[in-house]
Amino acid sequence: MSLLEVRDLEVRHGLLQAVRGVSFALEEGDTLALVGANGAGKSTLLRAIAGGHRPSRGQIVFGDRDIIRLPAYKRVALGMGLVPEGRHLFPSLTVEENLVVAERPGYWTLDGVLEAFPMLAPRRKSRAAVLSGGERQATAIGRALMTNPRLLLLDEVSLGLAPVAVEDLYRSLRTVIERGATVLLVEQDLGRAMALCQRVACMLEGRLVLEGHSGELTREQVTEAYFGLRRAGIEVGSREGSQ
Amino acid sequence: MTWIDAVIQGILLGGLYALFACGLSLMFGVMRIINLAHGDLALLATFMVLVISQHLGLSPFAALVIVLPGAAVVGYALQYAMFNPSLRGGELSPLLATFGLSVVIGNMLLEVFSPDTHSLSAGALTTASWHITSQISISALSAVIFGAAVLVLGGLQLLLSYTQLGRAMRATADDARTAELVGINAKRVYAIATAIALATAALAGTFFGMRSSFDPTLGPSQLIFAFEAVVIGGLGSLWGTLVGGILLGVAQTVGAQAFGAEWAIVSGNVLFLLVLAFRSQGIFAAREAHQ
Repeated sequence: MSLLEVRDLEVRHGLLQAVRGVSFALEEGDTLALVGANGAGKSTLLRAIAGGHRPSRGQIVFGDRDIIRLPAYKRVALGMGLVPEGRHLFPSLTVEENLVVAERPGYWTLDGVLEAFPMLAPRRKSRAAVLSGGERQATAIGRALMTNPRLLLLDEVSLGLAPVAVEDLYRSLRTVIERGATVLLVEQDLGRAMALCQRVACMLEGRLVLEGHSGELTREQVTEAYFGLRRAGIEVGSREGSQ
Repeated sequence: MTWIDAVIQGILLGGLYALFACGLSLMFGVMRIINLAHGDLALLATFMVLVISQHLGLSPFAALVIVLPGAAVVGYALQYAMFNPSLRGGELSPLLATFGLSVVIGNMLLEVFSPDTHSLSAGALTTASWHITSQISISALSAVIFGAAVLVLGGLQLLLSYTQLGRAMRATADDARTAELVGINAKRVYAIATAIALATAALAGTFFGMRSSFDPTLGPSQLIFAFEAVVIGGLGSLWGTLVGGILLGVAQTVGAQAFGAEWAIVSGNVLFLLVLAFRSQGIFAAREAHQ
């Protein structure tokens, strides 16, 4: 049984249909990178899975439960942790408080997160409002880990960060994945996404147009799907094609 | 000496204002709701204490054992039934909803209790006092009220700073949507904040009833004093609220001492207007509430 199964999902922003009939599945321990150009619908899809945006159609099955009507906080209790685009830390709370406020029992503890993200240790008593971009992103990932999720949803973790900060973050993310995390990563940096995750899926204009194992897809195939130059080799318009 | 006495009485009076104001400050800090029914809800609790005292023969302090949890339950229910739905309607909706609630409570109290004045007896505490000098004395009741205000505000500050509930309240105040995405039930946090706010309002209303006579029309004036204390101290700041209450109380008693008793309220209002004109964010910045 899949950990996450998205079936024929559609999400609208008013009149704009941002996600169109997307279907895919994730097994426990899977790492899937969702790539695509700006406005392809990746972040909307992620937010819809996490409960931050209500889909207009489709199903989201997590474990053995359809969670489409569950509010976001109940999805967290079931084991979903989102690192939202733009970090969205709580600015008046310290780094430590940002982490502890999300704490749920499980593998990840405050010490474990500070060990996985060493840059946070000296900043644990600093307010989130005064952190650098890399520190903010590390705190946001750490906060999601503190919920001890069965599935970690990461939205544009490298966006707006200095290359050194991105390198540090991805090093820490590799540690997280090595510890068995199931990850759905939205990323615009194709190279990093393919290097980190076992599988890659590409979205174009709200649709999933390509999916496959990172090792099996060439960078050219993904790039062509990314820009919509042609529908690449492994099409995934339907649910069957995504599994 | 009379001036020193005026300042001391003002500080003690400020404790009552701060107690009235802390619930208002908490609700604004967490939800950005200005509860216009705050004074009437406090007065409703005062009348409940009166009814329980009269019918069960209990002292007002004993009646609080029933009224404080009752006020918290009413606050929790009000948040779910009225304030949460109104929050979805934009910034103006909660203001209108609480204004409507204020009118309903005020008229209901008038209907049930008539415009007659009432008072609560604090027993020996009402008349007990410490004479520091021939011109300076401290009323035991006022000291108890001030001590209660410091304890309540300090307790709330500790709750916000060092408990998981407090962190959840501050996180929700910062960004309710993100709070939900990290597993916090924002509506429940709001309801708990309103429950605490109404319990503190009930305590303040009861002390007010012990300190002076009251009638069903006094809710709005208590709201104004509470609102002035919150604005002077800084919106959303708990320690600021205590300082704001004290400054308001001192302004009133010193104004009365300088110009006559009829100038007490005006003096407080002048201080309020000066703060609005020259430091509209209040004496303490709002971020203090999140410490």
